[in-house]
Amino acid sequence: MTEPRQAANALELKDLSVAYRVGRRNRAVLRNVNLTIKAGEAYGLVGESGCGKSTVALSVVRYLPRNGSITGGSIALDGKDVMKLDSEALRRARADSVSMVYQDPGKALNPSLRIGRQLTEIFELAGISGQAAEDKALAMLNRVRISDPASVMQRYPHQLSGGMQQRVAIAMALANDPSMLILDEPTTGLDATVEAEVLDLIGQLRRELSASILFISHNLAVVSNMCDRVGVLYAGMLVEEGSTRQVFNDPRHPYTVALLRCLPRGGQRKDQGRLDTIPGFLPGIGADIVGCAFADRCALATERCRAEPPPLYDLGDGRLSRCHYHDHAQSLPRATPAEIAVAQPKQAPPVLQVEGLNKTYASHGRPLRAVKDVSVSLRPGETLGLVGESGSGKTTFARLLLGLVAPDDGGSIELEGKKLAPRLASRSEDQVKAVQIVFQNPDSALNRSHLIRHILSRALKRLGGLSGKTLDTRLEELVRSVRLTDRHLAVKPRQLSGGLKQRVAIARAFAGDPRIVVCDEPTSALDVSVQAAILNLLADLQTRQDVSYIFISHDLGVVRYLSDKIAVLYLGRIMEFGPSEAVFSGPHHPYTEALLSAVPKLDRTEGSRIRLDGEIPSAANPPTGCVFHTRCPRKIGAICETQEPELSEAEPGHTIRCHIPYAELARLQKPKVVEPA
Amino acid sequence: MSATDTPVSLPTPDTAQRSPWGEVLHSLLRSPTFLTGLGILLFWVICALLGEHFVPYDPLDADIINTLAPPSTEHWFGTDQLGRDVFSRVIVGSRDILTVAPLATILATIAGTALGLVIGYFRGIVDDIVSRVLEAFMAIPVVIIALLAIVALGTSKITVIVVIGLSFAPIIARTVRSAVLAERELDYVAAAKLRHEGALHTMFVEILPNVIPPILVETTVRLGYAIFAVATLSFMGFGIQPPSPDWGLSISSNYGMIGGGFWWTVLFDALAIASLVIGVNLVADGMHGAFND
Repeated sequence: MTEPRQAANALELKDLSVAYRVGRRNRAVLRNVNLTIKAGEAYGLVGESGCGKSTVALSVVRYLPRNGSITGGSIALDGKDVMKLDSEALRRARADSVSMVYQDPGKALNPSLRIGRQLTEIFELAGISGQAAEDKALAMLNRVRISDPASVMQRYPHQLSGGMQQRVAIAMALANDPSMLILDEPTTGLDATVEAEVLDLIGQLRRELSASILFISHNLAVVSNMCDRVGVLYAGMLVEEGSTRQVFNDPRHPYTVALLRCLPRGGQRKDQGRLDTIPGFLPGIGADIVGCAFADRCALATERCRAEPPPLYDLGDGRLSRCHYHDHAQSLPRATPAEIAVAQPKQAPPVLQVEGLNKTYASHGRPLRAVKDVSVSLRPGETLGLVGESGSGKTTFARLLLGLVAPDDGGSIELEGKKLAPRLASRSEDQVKAVQIVFQNPDSALNRSHLIRHILSRALKRLGGLSGKTLDTRLEELVRSVRLTDRHLAVKPRQLSGGLKQRVAIARAFAGDPRIVVCDEPTSALDVSVQAAILNLLADLQTRQDVSYIFISHDLGVVRYLSDKIAVLYLGRIMEFGPSEAVFSGPHHPYTEALLSAVPKLDRTEGSRIRLDGEIPSAANPPTGCVFHTRCPRKIGAICETQEPELSEAEPGHTIRCHIPYAELARLQKPKVVEPA
Repeated sequence: MSATDTPVSLPTPDTAQRSPWGEVLHSLLRSPTFLTGLGILLFWVICALLGEHFVPYDPLDADIINTLAPPSTEHWFGTDQLGRDVFSRVIVGSRDILTVAPLATILATIAGTALGLVIGYFRGIVDDIVSRVLEAFMAIPVVIIALLAIVALGTSKITVIVVIGLSFAPIIARTVRSAVLAERELDYVAAAKLRHEGALHTMFVEILPNVIPPILVETTVRLGYAIFAVATLSFMGFGIQPPSPDWGLSISSNYGMIGGGFWWTVLFDALAIASLVIGVNLVADGMHGAFND
């Protein structure tokens, strides 16, 4: 990392308090936040949703929503007090010295203006016009390493992929050479491979530019790779601060300790124990906090914690912790016992056998092969993880299994030895209840007009064939099995938190004693502590009911934790299929290799990362030969472009679709660990 | 549950939190637009229900020696060509229009919602055919449909209700259809399919409650138009029949006299219609704002 220059602090928050006015009351969102970002420094702000991360960002540019107001403290940008600026000076400050990049680049760009127009506009504001502005815009696009910038200038935002859009948004943010760059979850919602590219870009730009960075993310691993220092926010308070390495390797606040434990790390698997969770919930917005904000959820808390608010203890070496017992924060007992009895998948006949499944859509008169020739099998109690970038056919495959979409003729799906009809309507009641799904977004999956009791009772009636007393008894059991209580039955979905809603969705899927449950990114909308609880729940339910999962996720750590088998998909084709450990530990398909190396890791051991160039080709017009050859870092030659490789068995049960022989892959991938970057 | 399970502590559902409908009500009661509209509407509803008990004269009582008297302290709005008190007639004249227009709107809402749910849910060929038929239907002016219906059924309040109800139904159907199109893509509809729920259950139990807000707004807007349509039909003699003091009817029998300077026989009825339509539209605007906050 570059040595920070000795200059005025880029950003200085002093005792910043912000409140939102809700129902005639001011509710505190930020409470006396003190934070300093030195010139040229990258500062990461982490914490779960609702802890005030984005409010910090919005306060800095005085862009709070209408009901928000700064109730105390000061904000200084480059030594200038933002609070004292009049509207013209504020406009100048926003135009000249601060830039923001938001989570969703699709919404940050104007959909009806060409990229070139949007970029030159910024320079025109600065008084440069015509050809000069255009040249500058082109230079900006070059700087963010967009391939073929001249043609990108002519395109509209919707004609670019998410990663390209985010590059353009970053180019726009950098156009005025800001001294402060605020990145609010800039890679959330991007594929892992694209996320890695964008993070690389930000890292490179940091070295070229003098900008200080405020990097806001819920993803601890991303922050640990990007930032020099990190602050942990909880209930609108800074609870811990220090250098990234110190905070993540030697946390001194129980919240940080607990947060880090929630993540499946270092290839942890479900049979190696449960993930730890954080009990309880974040205090509501504007809650009165008497002692320590975290005391209710902290196993170390004593009477002192509940009565006396801890100050930010200075631990020396630039470290701060808001905990009375910061010296033994790491002795925090586990909230969830680690022991877990995982039933070993039996050598039973497969519950699911898919042979040569295909799905072709028509796209502008052209066939689009969303799923091509997919064959998998799954035994009772096993989890099949589906991984791949968006557009790889994971969700289409799940919908084919469920019967929501009918596959092409040919291929077959067998459930417990019996053929499943392609369409849901022609499946028997037993088959319908045997294959269920937990959707990604519980807000969309649960009918917002219905009480939870209605949602679950209806599922028990239709899928379990129950009624009257037996239904009530079973409902109670079901509710308890996902660890909800009667109280939760009498409310509507919007009165529950995201994690609780997802429990309801899981309960619904289990109402009819299913054989297979498709989990389509069930935790991607949740915070890590909630994610851990949901993953534990899924593992428990699997153990007890011998149910099989098809688990779709872009988070490879999560997939690895839960899966027994992995299928790696690319453009609707299986590129690699095998036991989870074999796929993860390798040798693996070059695509799998690239996916794995794209994952940001908490422990900053940056090996030689493999970066995929370019975009995923369109499934309507797939490359000839091996579909991956256009991006493959290990392409061997013409054969890759002309001939599609077969899925060939590397080891028993482990198949790879690649022209490179297995032994050769093993040789190529072996020295990766020792090779310097 | 195995013995190693520790119960996960869960939060008490926040009871202080308002339900979505509570929130809408809360913001309606703080909306000046809605409250003004509601005030006007309530005024006319009270007139319709109780007006005959507090008006100074019987609205149907002719007074031959006192015809076409200008507004005075005795007759606030003057008298018409038969010597009937215009003020009493305007107050009591709200009754017929406030029976016929809302009933027509309710009919339009029920028929339109059912139709909209069906075409939005099934889409495809059903949507293509039904939507074209509805568009063709919407292209015919209400008056023409009314004429045809009256020739076939004779004039009565029922005819007016059916004619206006059915000619407004396609418009409501279109609104419901577009709301259903967005709703059917949500996962809870897929979840219903994965329980083998029938189409009727999915449409009416799963989707309908979630499209109520746009239906309510559309219904209120249609009520405004229905009031206008009823007044128009009455004015043309196809709607409410004499001797009702109905506004449209009164205007129709008196408008010839504006040329003679007897403006009061028409103006107050016209203002009454305008105020009722404005009141209803203010309510609709307020509701639209509250639902889309």
